[in-house]
Amino acid sequence: MQDFDYAAPISTNDAVRLLSDPSQKSVVLAGGTDILVLLRERRRRATLVVDVKKIAELNELAMTAEGGLFLGAAVSCSRIYREAAIAQNYSALVDAVKIIGGWQIQSRATVGGNLCNASPAADSIPPLAIYDAVAEIATHSGRRQMPVAEFCTGVCKNVLARGELLVAIIFPPHPKLSGAAYQRFIPRNEMDIAVANAASYLELDKAGKIQKARIVLGAVAPTAVRASAAEESLVGQEPNEELFAIAGELAQQAASPIDDMRGTVEYRQHLCSVLSRRTLTIAAERAAANK
Amino acid sequence: MAKKQLITATINGEQREFACEPRQSLLEALRDGLQLTGAKEGCNNGNCGACTVLLDGEPVVSCLVLAVEAEGAEIETVEGIAAGGKLQPLQQCFLEGAALQCGVCTPGFLMTTKALLDRIPHPSEEEIRFQLAGNLCRCTGYDKIVRAVQAAAEGEQT
Repeated sequence: MQDFDYAAPISTNDAVRLLSDPSQKSVVLAGGTDILVLLRERRRRATLVVDVKKIAELNELAMTAEGGLFLGAAVSCSRIYREAAIAQNYSALVDAVKIIGGWQIQSRATVGGNLCNASPAADSIPPLAIYDAVAEIATHSGRRQMPVAEFCTGVCKNVLARGELLVAIIFPPHPKLSGAAYQRFIPRNEMDIAVANAASYLELDKAGKIQKARIVLGAVAPTAVRASAAEESLVGQEPNEELFAIAGELAQQAASPIDDMRGTVEYRQHLCSVLSRRTLTIAAERAAANK
Repeated sequence: MAKKQLITATINGEQREFACEPRQSLLEALRDGLQLTGAKEGCNNGNCGACTVLLDGEPVVSCLVLAVEAEGAEIETVEGIAAGGKLQPLQQCFLEGAALQCGVCTPGFLMTTKALLDRIPHPSEEEIRFQLAGNLCRCTGYDKIVRAVQAAAEGEQT
């Protein structure tokens, strides 16, 4: 492993100060499941590793005053899926964190890190996007917030400038008659990178018709993509399999995947259709059950 | 070169101090600094699970933990699970069920299984396979391992 110094600040301000130091090439260490591999393989260089796990705010996992969820950037995946209230209210997020790596990885890996790492195939990003979650970022001049959907700017690229730190991801409240789901396709049964993935969110009105729909696809473009035409096809309709099949067909048009050893363009497009349909079906069941 | 740091952690129930460089992994500190060679280096990038130890009760791959992160932590390695020279029933089940061949993956499997049985005393076969998916074995195949875990859960020895 390359040589570096290590700091474990206990406040966000101290972390930002360390990350802004122009004499250092610093990186953030949360769960470390991506960054330590990159450092070891010399795909990233650092002279200072800033461990943010001792900062109380980044470890917070709590409901907000508005009834949403405050997810600190250093909260591990296994902590998230052990909270019954999160499983009930943000089920698509829980669908994802349960399958990020194996148990050993889930004990350490964080959703904040998954977002900052900005892999096109990241499991947690489509669920964050369908919930309209917001990223809270600490900078040397204060705080800023932005939609998670705009956080990643390309393959392994994000909006964070030097000295900026992702503090938390904030989810809006979970309305009644809403439900969501996440699925991915991998060749193994567990522990693999998505060939394609999809998250869907549905909100029903009292008559049972779809009021709001969101579908976000991953691993089929440089960043997660919203399937807007498919979403529009659902609004005002009664949820059923036929409708979801049509939405799936429309969703695959939003994908612009690459060909690689995991799958061809056509295969990935087909998967977008299947995964959209399946996640919509589960989202509709969960929405109907959430009275 | 970054200065060595002195770390204090509880390892297998005993308070230990060790010096390490910030760049050293917990796996390196355990094996090279503390002579606890039970955890094995397999892939060294978090894929194989051979270096699994319990960190504050959670299974982690010690190749992806910096030793300096272990300050104040409680760590359990495979050396800590047998008591008084007697194998733990789980180890006995692996042994008698021939749930190993070359043995490099075994300490990792034992630690993950220990964490699993602590949380779910009677896991289903699906739960066993899912929770042990982070541990790879390249020689035995998984059936004997799964059967050994089931035998341990049933309190039997195969």
